[in-house]
Amino acid sequence: MKYMDEYRDERIARRLAAEIARKATQPWVLMEICGGQTHTLMRYGIDELLPKGVEMVHGPGCPVCVTPLETIDKAIEIASRPGTILVSYGDMLRVPGSRTDLFRVKASGGDVRIVYSPMEAVKLARLNPKRQVVFFGVGFETTAPANAMAVWQAKREGLTNFSMLASHVLVPPAIRALLGSPRNRVQGFIAPGHVCTVVGYREYEHIAREFRVPFVVGGFEPVDLLEAISMLVSQLEEGRAEVENQYVRSVSREGNLPAQRIMEEVFDVCDRKWRGVGAIPQSGYRLRPAFADFDADRIFGLERMTAEESSECISAEVLQGLKKPTDCPAFALRCTPHTPLGAPMVSSEGACAAYHQYRRHFAAVPGER
Amino acid sequence: MCLAIPGKILTSETRNGVRTGKIQFGEISREACLDFVPEASVGDYVMVHVGFAISRVDREEAERTYQILQSMGMLESELSPEAADPASGGRP
Ligand code: SF4
Repeated sequence: MKYMDEYRDERIARRLAAEIARKATQPWVLMEICGGQTHTLMRYGIDELLPKGVEMVHGPGCPVCVTPLETIDKAIEIASRPGTILVSYGDMLRVPGSRTDLFRVKASGGDVRIVYSPMEAVKLARLNPKRQVVFFGVGFETTAPANAMAVWQAKREGLTNFSMLASHVLVPPAIRALLGSPRNRVQGFIAPGHVCTVVGYREYEHIAREFRVPFVVGGFEPVDLLEAISMLVSQLEEGRAEVENQYVRSVSREGNLPAQRIMEEVFDVCDRKWRGVGAIPQSGYRLRPAFADFDADRIFGLERMTAEESSECISAEVLQGLKKPTDCPAFALRCTPHTPLGAPMVSSEGACAAYHQYRRHFAAVPGER
Repeated sequence: MCLAIPGKILTSETRNGVRTGKIQFGEISREACLDFVPEASVGDYVMVHVGFAISRVDREEAERTYQILQSMGMLESELSPEAADPASGGRP
């Protein structure tokens, strides 16, 4: 247990690991959906603390990873046009587009700004009335209300030079798609704690009933994850398929109602393509017609741009829990965090990057640094 | 990208029609929108994601979580926008 000394709550972690080993009488395949949780699992080697039969596979819960290639290309196109400022969360800059990435566009003179909050993008629009300011709006339900608020605020202030390239994704439709696939292996899910902080977990109750699969809403610390895994194993061993909440300190069943209200006012649900996964019906948010003046796709005439993904990257299978990053022939060779071929190698929350960062030595790949 | 960081509300005012506050995270402070947590006031602890408070949490939990996130090196990418820039030595 080589990571154990890094736990702050070492005793609790040991107890939980032992509890899981005692309870698990047969093999179970569990998925954490959120990339932040994948990061914690790898950082603390939690998957290695678990008894052999309990396998963790890593879900598609990294918005940076699943933003479609053509949307990255659109952002690059916008950033390359004179007179525009493209504003983005930092994680998006190194995501490879078809030919280049935003970081290189910025290096060669494109005006790309990194912000901490979407409200800073609104402020930039206010301060630069002669420039078109475009916010690259990605994220799951956790981020959607913040991005919605930025658009809402721009409209309220009557800004005519602010728009959003919207590519939001929603978790429950992706889980349904996963469970509906004949290749699915996942038997229980850790539901994402901060997504549920915003939207609550009623939707997950429907999925649990419909597919007879248990969920535990989990936090992001090592002990949170061990506890969530323990609760999932209990449900599976007892034949239950319910939604339980491990992350009570932040999550309620109803979620955050003011955040949900602004999200519903600004966005409506649409079909969305996920990078590496493909199109998932009703799995995204787009701007409602009332906010069409803030839709960068429309303003810049980019609606019809498409792109083909690299054939070498197996991220489709990685993001569906069918393969591990180390199964990919490019892993740590042609694909590294500095030369990413696919998005899961870019973001620190992508499964491939997490494997690369914390357990390179496990990959039996020659020539590795 | 879905991380939220606990911090303490230091100030609260309405600016451009939005309730905004200064939030303290350890040694640094950042501005955040408080419109989604109408129940929270100065002195309370909230979870903050991309400049928006999304839930109220109690103080002990907040302090413990902050320390753990800090020891995990997970604060920079949320709090400082430049951290994801490879030129500044950010995590992959
Ligand atoms: S290692 Fe690189 S190429 Fe392989 S699946 Fe991951 S991102 Fe794609």
